[in-house]
Amino acid sequence: MKNIVEVKNVTKSYRRGNQVVPVLEDISFEIAEGEFVALMGPSGSGKSTLLNLIAGLDKADSGSIVVGGVEITALTETELAEWRASSVGFIFQFYNLIPVLTALENVELPLVLTRLTRAERREHAEMAIRVVNLEDRMDHYPSQLSGGQQQRVAIARAIVTDPAILVADEPTGDLDKVSAKEILGLMDRLNRESGKTIIMVTHDPRAAEKAHVMRHLEKGVLVNAP
Amino acid sequence: MLLKLLLKNPFRHKLRALLTVLGVAIAILSFGMLRTIVGAWYAGVEFSSATRLVTRNSISIIFPLPLAYYEKIRQVEGVKEVSYANWFGGTYKDKKNFIAAMAVEPRTALDIYPEFVLPPDQEKAFLKDRKSCIAGIKLARRYHWKIGDQITLTGNIFPGDWEFVLKGIYTGKYASTPEDQFRFHWNYLNERLKKTTPRRADQVGFYMIEVKKPELAAQVSAAIDGMFKNSLAETLTETEKAFELSFVSMTEAIVVAIRLVSFVVIIIIMAVAANTMAMTARERIGEYAVLKTLGFGGREIALLVFGESLMLSMTGAAVGMALTYPAADFFKSQLSDYFPVFNVARETLYMDAAAGLIVGVVAGIFPTWRAVRLRIADGLRRIG
Repeated sequence: MKNIVEVKNVTKSYRRGNQVVPVLEDISFEIAEGEFVALMGPSGSGKSTLLNLIAGLDKADSGSIVVGGVEITALTETELAEWRASSVGFIFQFYNLIPVLTALENVELPLVLTRLTRAERREHAEMAIRVVNLEDRMDHYPSQLSGGQQQRVAIARAIVTDPAILVADEPTGDLDKVSAKEILGLMDRLNRESGKTIIMVTHDPRAAEKAHVMRHLEKGVLVNAP
Repeated sequence: MLLKLLLKNPFRHKLRALLTVLGVAIAILSFGMLRTIVGAWYAGVEFSSATRLVTRNSISIIFPLPLAYYEKIRQVEGVKEVSYANWFGGTYKDKKNFIAAMAVEPRTALDIYPEFVLPPDQEKAFLKDRKSCIAGIKLARRYHWKIGDQITLTGNIFPGDWEFVLKGIYTGKYASTPEDQFRFHWNYLNERLKKTTPRRADQVGFYMIEVKKPELAAQVSAAIDGMFKNSLAETLTETEKAFELSFVSMTEAIVVAIRLVSFVVIIIIMAVAANTMAMTARERIGEYAVLKTLGFGGREIALLVFGESLMLSMTGAAVGMALTYPAADFFKSQLSDYFPVFNVARETLYMDAAAGLIVGVVAGIFPTWRAVRLRIADGLRRIG
C-alpha cells in the first residue's frame, strides 16, 4: 500500500528561557494510506508534538515530512494554512467548537475558505452532520450538547472538507465510557468505510485497540519503529 | 459566517461588553460636551462680522477714547458707518444677576448690527426715548420683563442706580447672535457723567466701524490708527473677530485646560478599551488557534479581533453621539446665563466619530498583533 505520510529524521526542540528542551530526536517512520495509527506514550514523550508536525500545525527543526506527496516542511505559513484547510481534518480532546455558532455552523466553518456557494456549503455541512447522526441537533449550540455530541460535531467538522487524513489528539480523553465508545466506533467506521487515514494520539489502551498500528514514543524517540 | 462571528463575538460577555460600550459612550459624550463648551466660549467670535472693525485705545480696552474722534473716523475713506459704545456691566436687583449692558449710540448701533432684530414700532420707541433700553429675548424671559417695564440696574464701572424703560425686545437673526444683551442710550450715560464725574464724560469705550467692503478692512484700520498716531489717545483698530478673540484670550488658560481634559478623557477610555480587548483576545487564544488550524489566515483572525474592537468602540461612540444633543440641550437650559450660544457643532460630531475610531484602532492593535502572530501549538496548549 502507498505511504501517505513519510517522516524522515525529524527533530524538534522547544526553548524554555535560555534552555533548549529536546522533544523529538531523529524520528523516521511511514504511515500507509488508509491506516488507523495510534501514537502512544507517557506524558511529555512528544506524541502530540509529532502529531502537530504531521498535521502542519508546527514546524520541525530539521528533517522532512511528506504528507500525501507534499513536503510540508518546505511550505510557507500561508501555503501550510491552505494545505491544512484542504488536506487534514482535526479532532481535539476538548472539541474546540466555537460557542456562538450552532452545530451546523461549526461544521460549515472550514468551508468558508473554499469557493463553494452558501447553499453548497450548507449542503456539505448537513451531509457531514448526517454522517455523525446529529441531524436532529444541528441548530443546537455547543453548550446545549453533551460531550459526546460535541465531539461528533467536531468529527463532522473534520470530515466536511473530505480530507484524506484525520488527526485526533486524545479524542476520548474528555468523554465518559459510553460516549468514548461511540466516538471510537465512528472513527473506525470512517476509516473502514470512507478509507480515511487516521492518526490518533491516545493514552487510552481501549482507544488504541481500534487502531491497526501502534507507535510508542518515549522521551522523544520511537521505541517500536519497524 | 465570519461576519456572524464578528457580530456575535462582542456580546459573549454581555456585562463586559455593556460596560465597555457605556464607558466609551460616556467618554465620547464628555469629549463632545467639552468641545461644545469650548465652542460656546468662542461663540462671540463666530458672531463677528467681516465688515466690522473695532477701534479702541491702543494701551488697553480699559482706557477710553475721546468722543471727538467720531467725526474724524467717519471721514476715513471706505468707512460706511460709525457707532460708539461704553461697556456698562451692571447687576439687576441682586449682585449675582449680572447683566451684559452696554451704552451705545442707538441709531448707528442698530444699523451696524442688523442681526439684532427689533420690530419697527419698538425700534422707533427705543430711538425716541433717551431713558429707554432694549433687551434680548432670553434676558427678558429670564427676568420676566415686558415692554414698558421700569428696570433699575446697579452699575459698578459707573456706580449708582440707573433707571431705564424697556422699549424693545430683540431676537437674534442667527443662531450665534447673543440674545442676552442689554443696550441703552449712550447720551443717557454721558449726561449723568457730566453731572457726577465730568472728567469721565464725552469719552467712549470703543468705536464700532462698518466698512464698505471686507477687503477694505486693513486699509481703513491703518488709516484710522495713522490718523491718531502721536495723539494723547492712540488707537488700535482691529477686526471685530480679533477684538472678540482678545477677550477670549484673557481666559485662554481655561479653554486650554478644557481642551486638554477632553483629550485626557479619550486617552483614559483608550486604555480601558485596550485592556478589555487584551483580556478578550487572551481568553480566545484557543479559538484563534483552532481557526488557524482549520486554515484561517492572519487576515481573517485580524478581522475578528480588530472588528470586535471597532464594533465596541463605534457602538459606544454612536451612543455617546446620540446622547450629545439631549445633554447639550440640558446644559443650554441650565447654563444659558454663561453660555447663551451652546450648540453642538457638526465638527464636534466628526471629532466624536474620529475619537471612537481611534479608540477602536488603538485598543485593537496589540491584541490583533498577538492573535495573528500566535503559534497554533501554543494556542492549543492553552486549551488543554
